[in-house]
Amino acid sequence: MPDHDHDTPGREALRAEALESLLREKGLIESEAVDAIIRHFEEDVGPMNGARVVARAWADPGYRRRLLEDATRAIAELGFGGPEGEHVVVVENTAGVHNVVVCTLCSCYPWPVLGLPPAWYKDPAYRSRVVREPRAVLAQMGLALEEGVEVRVWDSSAEVRYLVLPERPAGTEVLGEEELAALVTRDAMIGVAKAKRP
Amino acid sequence: MVFSASGGADFSPRPVEPDPLAGQGGGVDNRPPVAVNGAVDGIHDLGGMQGFGPVVVEPDEPVFHAGWEGRVFALVSFVIGRGLANTDAFRHAIERLPPVLYLTAGYYGRWLAALERLLVEKGVLAPGDVEARLAGRGPSAGAPPPAGAVPARGAMRDVAARPRFAVGDAVVARSIHPAGHTRLPRYVRGKRGVVTRVHPAWVFPDTNAHGLGEHPQYVYSVRFAARELWGDDADARAVVHVDVFEPHLDPHR
Repeated sequence: MPDHDHDTPGREALRAEALESLLREKGLIESEAVDAIIRHFEEDVGPMNGARVVARAWADPGYRRRLLEDATRAIAELGFGGPEGEHVVVVENTAGVHNVVVCTLCSCYPWPVLGLPPAWYKDPAYRSRVVREPRAVLAQMGLALEEGVEVRVWDSSAEVRYLVLPERPAGTEVLGEEELAALVTRDAMIGVAKAKRP
Repeated sequence: MVFSASGGADFSPRPVEPDPLAGQGGGVDNRPPVAVNGAVDGIHDLGGMQGFGPVVVEPDEPVFHAGWEGRVFALVSFVIGRGLANTDAFRHAIERLPPVLYLTAGYYGRWLAALERLLVEKGVLAPGDVEARLAGRGPSAGAPPPAGAVPARGAMRDVAARPRFAVGDAVVARSIHPAGHTRLPRYVRGKRGVVTRVHPAWVFPDTNAHGLGEHPQYVYSVRFAARELWGDDADARAVVHVDVFEPHLDPHR
């Protein structure tokens, strides 16, 4: 594990600080702007954005149609967009098809709707295995698919970013969008889990 | 803001080698130049490798595990956003790290090492600047801020030509092993698939990473059957969709 802030600064912390001070002196960065970027990714973007998109698609058939046709535009309707979200494609899970997303070459991920990816998404185990034995990886992560379900793996090897539209759980007919959004997890939108049940 | 490839921002263009494949196969003459700049069949190209063990999930994981991780992330955002280097060059800098370092440094450790290397290669920092700063010595001996950097403007481009392939076309991913950056994963090379979606065109990473120009290309979602990729023992009910740039595909007849 990387060293943590509360310990003596480790090698990486010292080098990062040295690098930042060098770039600051050259007028290439300002530390306040660095702080603002960190805050943005810690507070403003994350799976709560994607959960709103999914909940809207569950609640509004017209929105669902627009989302599947042109996800970038439909996501922008809710005010989300930006770097690593310039061309988003939404893939829909059904009773017969399960979608799961990976980036085998690095860590491509739809930032505006999911934030920055978790460590496991960037680690070799997931990236190497999920294209080769997706059903086994999903089972290991706690999602046992039924035998007949087709698995579609999406490798984000270019500039397209993928978001999974999970199946709407049974028994949610009476729920409003906000309650629905609470059932939509990051993992369900990557495709390594299903949406929670109410 | 950040993370968009941009043209004209590489300060150290490398020689253009004639494309040995130009004129072969599809008879396309306008193939982009080929970069010659170090290993590409690297450790980063992980799809299909074995032996890394189970996926380890950290519950309630923070966005950054330590303060320096967030700072490195933001520094990279600035360097790319200001056009000092493009996303493809940054990815290639990560891919050129020694394999053992790649596997042991952790994600932001890779970013830190790649960023240092790239800033020196682009002439923003002089070799030894970081060591000198760590030793408490004065200002950078590196060049002044480079002029002529173009702020990043996203990587999607309009292309006048029509896409070469259409939905439903049978294609084969080219069996290439270029000595530079590419986004064609090893595990699909030489494999047959079907185009399921025609995406817009983007800057071609294979050239843009090396300062050889943008050469924007259409991208196709290509569906490969798991059995085509992994053999007859593979899951008959699994497929893998890979986004492939047009120069990496040939028609399959």
